[in-house]
Amino acid sequence: MADKYSADTIITETQKRISNAFDVFDHESNKTVDVREIGTIIRSLGCFPSEADLHDIIAELEEEEPTGFVRYEKFLPTMTKILLERKFRPITEDLLLQAFEVLDQQKKGHLEPEELTKYLTQEGEPFTQEEMDEMLSAAVDPDKNVILYKDFVSMMTFDDTR
Amino acid sequence: RGCSRSTRVLFHEYSIKAAILIQRWYRRYVARLEMRRRYTWNIFQSIEYAGEQDQLQLSSFFSFMLDNFTHMNGNGPGNKYLISHLLDSVVDPLTEEVRQLKYEQIVVPESYCGPRLSFPLSVTDTNALLSAFKEEQTLHGKYVLQLLYETKKFLKQMPNIIYLSTSYAKEITICGDLHGRLDDLLLIFYKNGLPSAENPYIFNGDFVDRGKKSTEIIIILFAFLLLYPDHMHLNRGNHEDHIMNLRYGFTREVMQKYKTHGREMLQLLQDVFSLLPLATVIDNKVLIVHGGISDKIDLDFLSTVERHKVKSVLRLPKRSVVDILWSDPKNQSGCSPNYFRGGGCYFGPDVTQALLQKHGLCLLIRSHECKQEGYELCHNGQVITIFSASNYYEEGSNRGAYVKLGPELVPRFFQYQVSRSTRKLTLHQRVCVAEGSALRALKEKLYAHRSDLMAAFQQYDIDNTGRISTSEWAQVVESVLRLDLPWRTLRPRLARLGADGNVEYESCFEDISPGEPIPPVTPNLAETLYRYRTDLEIIFNIIDKDHSGQISIEEFRQTWKLFSSHLGVAVDDQTIDDMARSIDFNKDGSIDFNEFLEAFRVVHKLDIKEQQQG
Repeated sequence: MADKYSADTIITETQKRISNAFDVFDHESNKTVDVREIGTIIRSLGCFPSEADLHDIIAELEEEEPTGFVRYEKFLPTMTKILLERKFRPITEDLLLQAFEVLDQQKKGHLEPEELTKYLTQEGEPFTQEEMDEMLSAAVDPDKNVILYKDFVSMMTFDDTR
Repeated sequence: RGCSRSTRVLFHEYSIKAAILIQRWYRRYVARLEMRRRYTWNIFQSIEYAGEQDQLQLSSFFSFMLDNFTHMNGNGPGNKYLISHLLDSVVDPLTEEVRQLKYEQIVVPESYCGPRLSFPLSVTDTNALLSAFKEEQTLHGKYVLQLLYETKKFLKQMPNIIYLSTSYAKEITICGDLHGRLDDLLLIFYKNGLPSAENPYIFNGDFVDRGKKSTEIIIILFAFLLLYPDHMHLNRGNHEDHIMNLRYGFTREVMQKYKTHGREMLQLLQDVFSLLPLATVIDNKVLIVHGGISDKIDLDFLSTVERHKVKSVLRLPKRSVVDILWSDPKNQSGCSPNYFRGGGCYFGPDVTQALLQKHGLCLLIRSHECKQEGYELCHNGQVITIFSASNYYEEGSNRGAYVKLGPELVPRFFQYQVSRSTRKLTLHQRVCVAEGSALRALKEKLYAHRSDLMAAFQQYDIDNTGRISTSEWAQVVESVLRLDLPWRTLRPRLARLGADGNVEYESCFEDISPGEPIPPVTPNLAETLYRYRTDLEIIFNIIDKDHSGQISIEEFRQTWKLFSSHLGVAVDDQTIDDMARSIDFNKDGSIDFNEFLEAFRVVHKLDIKEQQQG
């Protein structure tokens, strides 16, 4: 009976996962995807890269003369390496909660929408207005008009696992 | 090393780190939702196109049945007439004058409080129709017949290709598929204004089928067509076809809403649909067709085609008409058969370029494919797809759109989405609703092919453990269902893993169970009946001439025999007889086929559980 946990099997299984995720965005069924979808594919495979990380990866994946498309032959080895090396480790619920607590300077237990908007659209790798609006629509408690971040984090992490 | 940093600077550093963390996390969350939204889309499209391929099979069955129908019992020639009546074009026995008189003489009861049309139509009539339909009223059969008749007369004088110019109006509005969604049409009129001399419209086909208000839509469109013949234009779509209508709901809708005059309306509609123009050209620069083009299309040749003879391309597949109505653009060069749809071509950017150049055109506008944003550009901006039925697959699945062109011929797009609820859904909720619907449809497919799937699974499971690897599971499902989907990505939503990381293959059938207690049939037969429910329904409806919902046991037996022999499904007479008799509740020799078909509905157990908990 074959050892199902041999290194080869792990690599093959990993590559099949990558192939499947790639196929979802391969609209023409010709083993290419739009370069703008690369971030989505990488993230859906379980990685948490920053925008800067993505920028570097994409630079590596693009052709000499950028065509706007990324070919599977280039994507597969790069992505396999990323997954096997466990780069861009997940952000746990606890870590996420801590991040919100840091922003809540006055330890109110909640954040005002304007506060959060200021941080997320001006600091770090700023959100677009669309991203901010979308997050607020899920995060803001409609009665109190504040972000109860503890509840928000629990809800989002639960959603993510469904 | 910074021992004298103020707390503010320190906080600022931490807050940037915290922000980056939240942003990183959130973008990943959104990406996962986007992945789910995308494969949900793939599921809907695959199933839709697979269904259209089945359509060709059904069509060949009709031919088969037509040839064999005389062997069925009943009223002999009467029966055969009915089938031809519904499937082939029939020479109109009545003259124009007689037919017109006949409709005029239909008496509308005093109690009817819907719109009463008078021809030639005026703005009062179209306004009355719009108000009535908003109030969910039905137009009396007399006026529908008159409207269809006038429309047919009008369309007869139209050429295959209509040439328009923008010079007399500010902008022309072009709308795509509506598929019986009245709410979308009303929303377009609300946002963009009603058709008029200052506000011309082109509707690019597929007005009917799938949605529930196809009748209302064509009534409105034909009324405006007669009212503003120079400013309202309709192109034929692949669903303006009576055989497609048999399968995708329009025929049923008409028969249900108009019990007395429905059949005559359908007969008239066959002619009206075949008389719809095939293409529109604006300023000799913009070509508008429903599906697309091929490397064999030539507009001069197209204008000579006898379009009225093509009642249905499924019976008379005239190449140029099929290409215009069924083709899809693709990104690779060349022109290949569209196996997905079962008709028309996939045409590449080179084909578009060649055709546009040949006729001095600069743009092709087409519909036929649902797009998430309601519209999409391809072939370096030379092709626009415009689709006007929002929420086509499911609530929240996509926007609808229309495009406006002025004399400079620069397209302006307008999007919208009909919403049933006033509460705005979050991204997550929208994805979940659509995904749930897609997965339910997929599970039903699995159920419908259970025997074949189990047989194939068991071939890999030599030791009879009930488990096989994910690869093997994906391979089996793909080859049996013949749907090109990312099965490994979908696996967590469809089947369970055992402790050893392998797939417990029987778990993919767990969620579905038969609905009502079914008649005594083997699971195998139940599966087959479930798989062909739609087709059987169509056939029963054809046989049921007086729309009583009943057919005789003999008719049922004969139909089933024919169908199963055509499909190569082995079912013995005794089983069918037993089944039929067990459903004949009144023991009067007739079967209520709707009840029969109901017995082969399925129920999603998870839905019930959620409802019970919720």
